[in-house]
Amino acid sequence: MKPVFLASALLATIMTTAAFGQGAPIKLANVAELSGGGATVGTNWKNGIDLAIEEINAKGGVLGRKLEVTHADSQSNPGVARAQVQKALDAEPYVLLGPGYSGSVKVTAPLAAEAGITQIMGGEAAELTQSGNRFLFRTSFGQQSSMPKVAKYINDDLKAKSVAIVWVNNDFGKGGRDVITKEFAKYNIKVAADISTEAGQADFAADVSKIKAAAPEAVFIYVNEEESARILKELKRQGITVPLMGETTLVGQKVIELAGDAANGARGHVGLTTDAPVELIKAFRDKFVKKYNYVPDHNGLKGWLAIYMIKATTEKMGKVDSKGFADALHGFTITAAKEPGILMDATFDANGDIDRQGFLAEVVEGKQVIKQVLPKLNN
Amino acid sequence: MSNLLDLLVAGLATGAIYAIVAVGFTLLWQTSQTINFAQGEFVMLPAFLMLAAMQAGAPFWLAILIGILLSMLLLGLGFKMLLVDPMLRHGVLPLAIATMALAIGIKEAVKQFWSAEASPFPSIVPTGDISILGRPVALQSIGVLALAILAVLALTTLLNRTSIGHQMQAAAQNPTVAKIIGVPVERMILFTFLINAFLVALASVLITPIYLAKFSSGEVLGQAAFIAAIVGGFNQVRGAIAGGLLIGVVDNLAAAYVSTQYRAAVPLILLIAVILLRPQGMFGRPEERTV
Amino acid sequence: MTAGKYLQIAFGVIVIAALIVVPMNFNRYGLFILSQWAVMTIAAMGLNLTLGYAGQVSLAQGAFVGIGAYAAAIMTSNGLPLIAALGVAIVLCFAIGWILGYPALRVQHHYLAFVTLAFSTLAFLVFRNEDWLTKGIYGISNIPRPEIFGFPTRRPLPFYYLCLGSLGIVSLAVWWLIRSPWGRAFVALRENPVRALSLGIDTRRYTLMAFAIGSALGGVAGTLYAPLTQYVDPVPFSLALSLDLLMMVIVGGSGFFFGPFLGAMIAVLLPEWLRFTQGYYLMLYAVAVILLLIYSPTGILGILDRYMAERRTKAASALRAVAKSRLETAP
Repeated sequence: MKPVFLASALLATIMTTAAFGQGAPIKLANVAELSGGGATVGTNWKNGIDLAIEEINAKGGVLGRKLEVTHADSQSNPGVARAQVQKALDAEPYVLLGPGYSGSVKVTAPLAAEAGITQIMGGEAAELTQSGNRFLFRTSFGQQSSMPKVAKYINDDLKAKSVAIVWVNNDFGKGGRDVITKEFAKYNIKVAADISTEAGQADFAADVSKIKAAAPEAVFIYVNEEESARILKELKRQGITVPLMGETTLVGQKVIELAGDAANGARGHVGLTTDAPVELIKAFRDKFVKKYNYVPDHNGLKGWLAIYMIKATTEKMGKVDSKGFADALHGFTITAAKEPGILMDATFDANGDIDRQGFLAEVVEGKQVIKQVLPKLNN
Repeated sequence: MSNLLDLLVAGLATGAIYAIVAVGFTLLWQTSQTINFAQGEFVMLPAFLMLAAMQAGAPFWLAILIGILLSMLLLGLGFKMLLVDPMLRHGVLPLAIATMALAIGIKEAVKQFWSAEASPFPSIVPTGDISILGRPVALQSIGVLALAILAVLALTTLLNRTSIGHQMQAAAQNPTVAKIIGVPVERMILFTFLINAFLVALASVLITPIYLAKFSSGEVLGQAAFIAAIVGGFNQVRGAIAGGLLIGVVDNLAAAYVSTQYRAAVPLILLIAVILLRPQGMFGRPEERTV
Repeated sequence: MTAGKYLQIAFGVIVIAALIVVPMNFNRYGLFILSQWAVMTIAAMGLNLTLGYAGQVSLAQGAFVGIGAYAAAIMTSNGLPLIAALGVAIVLCFAIGWILGYPALRVQHHYLAFVTLAFSTLAFLVFRNEDWLTKGIYGISNIPRPEIFGFPTRRPLPFYYLCLGSLGIVSLAVWWLIRSPWGRAFVALRENPVRALSLGIDTRRYTLMAFAIGSALGGVAGTLYAPLTQYVDPVPFSLALSLDLLMMVIVGGSGFFFGPFLGAMIAVLLPEWLRFTQGYYLMLYAVAVILLLIYSPTGILGILDRYMAERRTKAASALRAVAKSRLETAP
């Protein structure tokens, strides 16, 4: 195995240094949730990837070589994800993309690290980048960087001292709930009610009546878009008027469409959104809608960014070097001025976490309005 | 306690949805011993047929009509002739497994040919709230409940008051005797499949504005309806109605007063209790089928 | 007759040899899929015992696999050997199966299906909500692979042999069981419960026994599942897995000893073979299963069985024809 790999790496170097204009295509492998509970997440991620690759290839590829990607379905099941990642790694891709579910990332990250192949994934759980894996990179804020901002806003701006937390009981929701609960403790904010909901839940009457009974000064909502819309409607129906705070999934365009008036007044910290007041992001959104006929959520953006991270890093190295990729991306700042595909300046730290601007948004009269721009943590 | 009333109303509205879906379950079981694990997907699909009709330019009312007709054709006639008829004489289980595979097939087809995204769906009931006893209740919930009750009343009238209904019941209870006294058993079975297809299409129109048109929305519904059917009594239409409403209410009360994390557990514990104490279901009659 | 028997034995030896030799130069993916097949076959064999031999529908086999997997994950992560986890899983699944089946079978036979359906979802909720024990939705990662008699099974090939060896042991045990008086009692139960009762078989006890043993085999599969994926979370053990296992048993041929082997092959390998069709693979898989069941509701082995029966009747009628013609030509 080893010598073969070395030989092929050597071959690759020879091929790139030899001044042939067109080399063999650069092979990427994507393993994502294309069916099962995460199908919406995975499909957005996949579409984002395909869109970016199409655009890059139309402009001549990366270092004169085209990008090529294989997609494999993890069925939203960690066991299947492991098999598919193993299959992908056996084919020795340049970079591994996905999965999106944190559990599936946990099970596959050691395999990619063992093979020495960089993995760019969509998971948001805090712990993923904290186990010292040098080959793992995020495409969005981990919960350990987004939740402190939310807690700070609730404390400083809303001045709420008791908050009800509503979360969806999967690894996404539970992860966010656990991090924010810790952050609240730092500010001495009391958790007035701790309410878990199910993915796909339609009836939030009981959950909202619990919030009502707890009479909090603010409500923090961390569920997916469709459920966000339903709970916003129910909150309005039961006459709850305290500030509603959330994340990307509470204040997006889709939620506003589905919830109508009920979305007005909802606020959220938004790391990555197709509604951001950034020209490049608007252009991305238009391209996406043109190709796929629907407005992507942040997972579509993540897939797109993953490909542009690969492009920028490879061009920085000046060669297609699978072994050196992770080192080149650590500590690298990709600027939108130099690489418009990255949409907003982004820096990757030694853990593979991403640092970039964030926003605080509020829904005003059926539109997402950016109230504050949160700067990068380290400039 | 004012709280309790809110929960009851909301629970009844959700329960009415389960009830409509559960009725179809019991109908198919009664007449042809079909356990349809794709029942949830049967509710999900008509909404997409209607959306497709609207995309082709049909107005909403026409799209509903087309959706109902196509549903009766595909999920009624097609389902019976292509899947149930060839497999029925081989017992309950292979057919049940085939409907599981059918559920996967329908879900994947919708995802592949339409989208993995949830699409909004117009509501036939005006959105907004009305005030009942001084508290706001969603018009949609009232509409679902009213239409569910209406559909079930019509169904029971059909079954109990008309000649066709009597023949259907005869065909369901004892096909051999029914055949001897001249009931066209085969046709009666086909009728129940068409009625089921009509009910799921109706449920689709009522539910999709709330659940959204999404390939996976049938999973939750199918399981809830299945449990409702068992709790109410697998062999009685009124049992399925009561079971559905009960599950809706119990689910809400459990979330409010027991635990949101274990809300799904309470109806299941109820199910186990019902089986132990009253195996024919709370409102069903004891089975008379011989071994 | 004896020639047929030798042929069967030779065929069996070839298959076993192939399962040992051929994967030697498989890549990691191939070995993982084959290991998965072996694990799922064990779980399906358990269900086949409950369903195929004792005629009881269980919709909780996936939950028992989950219990086994969690037993293995929790115990081996705390430094206990896998064999201890195996013991705990077997005892636990057997006991839970017994407790679950007892009241259900008291009332009426097909209520076991409903009770197990409820149990399956309850088990999922416990896996997800009891953080202190199961680490909840985060799951347990970095589950170690065991050492067997000093041999580490960390690499894919040795671990595959561990799965295959376990499958071999379980197969032998089940083979022995269905030939024992117990196994014959199970079949008697399925074929005619009233007659079995009148022959003095304690039907309830045997049915319960079949269900509990079947459930325990689910636990055995689970203890292999955990070190195979090296990560356990609640999602794979939802009702969907139970339904999948049921599908394996029916598709393979319920009540046939080799049914689960083929059923698990269809459920684990067929989707992999169909993956070249990209987004259509699960759809095609569903269609294939439906068509197979329409063609032969008794599963793959049902086709074979039918074919053999036809040949036998043909042979018999040929003999009869010969005999008849002899009779006619006799003076």
